[in-house]
Amino acid sequence: MRYLPLTDADRGEMLAKIGAGTIDDLFVDVPEEARLDGPIRGLPMHASEMAVEKHMRKLSKKNLAAADAPFFLGAGAYRHHVPSSVDQIIQRGEFLTAYTPYQPEIAQGTLQMLFEFQTQVARLYGCAVANASLYDGSTACWEAVAMASRITRRDHVVLSGALHPHYAEVVKTMAKFTSDEIAGAEPAIQSTPDNAGLISRIDDQTSCVVVQYPDILGRITDLSEVAEAAHAKGALLVVVNTEPVALGAIKSPGEMGADIVVGEGQALGVGLQFGGPYLGLFAVRDPKHVRQMPGRLCGETVDAEGKRGFVLTLSTREQHIRREKATSNICTNSGLCALAFNVHMTLLGEKGLRQLAAENHRLACQAADRLAKVPGVSVLNDNYFNEFTLMVGQDAREVVHKLAAKGVLGGVSLGRLYPGVDRLSEGLLVAVTETTSEEDIEALANALEEVLS
Amino acid sequence: MNATTKTPNASGWKPEMTPASEDGLHAKGYWGPATATGNRALMLEEPLLFEIGRTNVTGVDLPEVNTDAPNRLGGLERAEPIGLPGLTEPETVRHYTRLSRQNYGIDLGFFPLGSCTMKHNPRLNEKVARMPGFADVHPLQPRETVQGAFEVINELAHWLITLTGMHGVAMSPKAGAHGELCGILCIRAALEARGDAREVVLVPESAHGTNPATAAFAGYRVENIPATDEGRVDLEALKARLGPDVAAVMITNPNTCGLFERDMKKISDAVHEAGGFVYCDGANFNAIVGKVRPGDLGVDAMHINLHKTFSTPHGGGGPGSGPVVLSEALSPFGPLPYTARTADGVVHLVEEESADAFSKEHFGGVMQSFGRMTAFHGQMGMFTRALTYMLSHGADGLRQVAEDAVLNANYILRSMEDILHAPYAASGPCMHEALFGDRDFGGDLSTLDLAKSMIDEGYHPMTVYFPLVLHGAMLVEPTETESKATLDQFIAAFRSLVERANAGDEAMKQAPYYAPRRRLDETQAARKPKLAWAEPEDD
Repeated sequence: MRYLPLTDADRGEMLAKIGAGTIDDLFVDVPEEARLDGPIRGLPMHASEMAVEKHMRKLSKKNLAAADAPFFLGAGAYRHHVPSSVDQIIQRGEFLTAYTPYQPEIAQGTLQMLFEFQTQVARLYGCAVANASLYDGSTACWEAVAMASRITRRDHVVLSGALHPHYAEVVKTMAKFTSDEIAGAEPAIQSTPDNAGLISRIDDQTSCVVVQYPDILGRITDLSEVAEAAHAKGALLVVVNTEPVALGAIKSPGEMGADIVVGEGQALGVGLQFGGPYLGLFAVRDPKHVRQMPGRLCGETVDAEGKRGFVLTLSTREQHIRREKATSNICTNSGLCALAFNVHMTLLGEKGLRQLAAENHRLACQAADRLAKVPGVSVLNDNYFNEFTLMVGQDAREVVHKLAAKGVLGGVSLGRLYPGVDRLSEGLLVAVTETTSEEDIEALANALEEVLS
Repeated sequence: MNATTKTPNASGWKPEMTPASEDGLHAKGYWGPATATGNRALMLEEPLLFEIGRTNVTGVDLPEVNTDAPNRLGGLERAEPIGLPGLTEPETVRHYTRLSRQNYGIDLGFFPLGSCTMKHNPRLNEKVARMPGFADVHPLQPRETVQGAFEVINELAHWLITLTGMHGVAMSPKAGAHGELCGILCIRAALEARGDAREVVLVPESAHGTNPATAAFAGYRVENIPATDEGRVDLEALKARLGPDVAAVMITNPNTCGLFERDMKKISDAVHEAGGFVYCDGANFNAIVGKVRPGDLGVDAMHINLHKTFSTPHGGGGPGSGPVVLSEALSPFGPLPYTARTADGVVHLVEEESADAFSKEHFGGVMQSFGRMTAFHGQMGMFTRALTYMLSHGADGLRQVAEDAVLNANYILRSMEDILHAPYAASGPCMHEALFGDRDFGGDLSTLDLAKSMIDEGYHPMTVYFPLVLHGAMLVEPTETESKATLDQFIAAFRSLVERANAGDEAMKQAPYYAPRRRLDETQAARKPKLAWAEPEDD
């Protein structure tokens, strides 16, 4: 067994040193009736690297990889080109096989990276402080809601109808176990988000308003008026972003008055990976809210010789110190995904991020114009970044399956996201990134035309 | 040669014997003169990205922005500078390579961090996770295009259910603490379904901090369970506390003192009799995988840290993955998406849409999922790695994993107990980790000083000051992927450090001397938090 260095001779010597006759003498505390007498039945025995690789490759081939088809899916997970050096760097054993940096003298690599990452995220979001990452965007969204309740000491939460439905579900699930009352809604099919309707739902019981930007239908709108309305009632504005590349082209949530900005960072460095691991981003605009934040924070300090160094800090918020009084039960974060984000963002820099965003938007506009020419198809959005909603005049779920049968991964149907909501059933979300070619757009347009006719 | 007398210095190189405290240069952390760069040969200083990068530099080739092009951004163009510096590819690779060298990882050396199971991370896992069919698929692709992904989830679910002897498994939790939350929420949902409003969760003092934090989040009042002098749950005291107000008992088994809870089955029976549920923290499953099935001990819910027992990398603090195996009583309440084995032996993946139909067909309509915990299906990238690891070891190999992990820990325990306080050593063998305390240290030396001195010896320190039940706790978990030679060298180094600590060697208070940084000022970091880089202010 290639991962086990002990030889039988070693085992014999070690048992002798311990003073045990057999290995089972070390399991004496396990009640005899519960001890298994041999390998568990119903599972295969050990296998060679070659055999395991072959088995796993066979399974992987049963999936259609995004690179092998014209691909237009988004809805909270975006496919971007990740530079080769990102994956090389995150596979360095010193990063890959390190633990949480609890011994900072020998973890400065991870800690300095986290400090850089926190700064990048804060700047991208237009905020003062970001944490060292959470599990993913949806859990970060819930943590923002919980934090807003701690700060405002209120528990009425207003969710925008255009918040990703899975995020809304996570918030509603968690809120079942707290005093928070969640007011959700489904999106209205209209070309711009209904800010006035959202504002009318805010009252002096509201702890926070949660808005997605760009929203689940790909629409973008100035959130300043929502921020003002929330603040006038003493509520906080939580903005959720699932496509960080967008913030290379459009105003940051912080600029528009968001108090807490959370999001999914998967688009940079991490890849699709069928949904996980992803990267929860979490930032606050006002530094005075830092002590109410969940998750790990990395801070700058000095060592005994006065040299700059970094440590995990403000851990009195966290479960390993505060136990049942902690701000969150979170322990693990997404350290390696944060590194991937950090490296990808470093390779881009501000110049590259703006170029990348512009290229995404250019291709998205081109795709929208082309697809709008398909008979029976219209584009819902007035404004968008790299994702928009097509109205296809029939059940889009069926359309997606028919497109797949033609080898085109054509988008995410609103029916998949909102099963049972009839008025949304004809909507198809289409995302376009720098990985989308003009041939891909043409292939989708042609396939769509055939499927709809 | 006896292991404990073997030299820790295997290369034959003889260190200079000047005591650290008498050598001025040594006390400053180096042997030679100061360098102009602050570098010391292979130990290289590295500035922050913000000090070397420029916002007009990029390491990717993309078309120039055409600012005159019409756009559909609704007048929301980002006009202000963002402040994100970039580096070209060679600069980027060097920046992170230099940073990486300031980190300690399993690949570099022995990492006996108790409770964290820092075992070797097989590289086949990494290769498999990067196969395009796994790495480059979208979570919302039409189901007919991702059958292989569902098969991976089902196959992994089958392994987890079989290894634990449980009924179902919730695959979506993102890490151990998320899994704990999942388990406790299942318990709460099951209690609510029968109209039973219980208020208390019992947790041993030795538990991970996540246990009480999780129970408190789920709305429960947390009460401590007393321990016996042998470091185990006090069964009689627990029985006396059980009653109609106790929703659940959270137990770590093997526990955080490295001991198997002998009375686990009796504890479970007593809790069940009182109408409560048993949550088992599965962080230490590595000690018993293939040897004992938690389902046979009456456990109702247990999370499994794939990043511990099943070798997925810790990545400097994540991502983890924490599937939760569930008993028959709790299975109907698990979060969606959900995986369950039906009477015919088939494992099914159940999502929102199919939940009702599945529930009617297989659970008599009682399936009452408590909801959704995360946007998509869970940590697929960790599932592929964990399954690859399980297939590599097989049922026979996993059993050997537990045996070797326990053997290695006992070898360390018995090689140290004559000079280091080992409170539970007399009561019998430990499981996968050995627990020591700092009772016999001289002067005012503490566990922290020994841990920092261990860094100078080239090791990652053990877990310190946890569990809280033992003064100056040192929790040593070697794992099964270490050779006897590695253990012998570590034991010799550990013994020499303990001897110095017992003798009150004051030089240890300044350790580490040879790490990229000396002890860091954590008080200053917390008092004046500096959590993001800012341009230095002009003088």
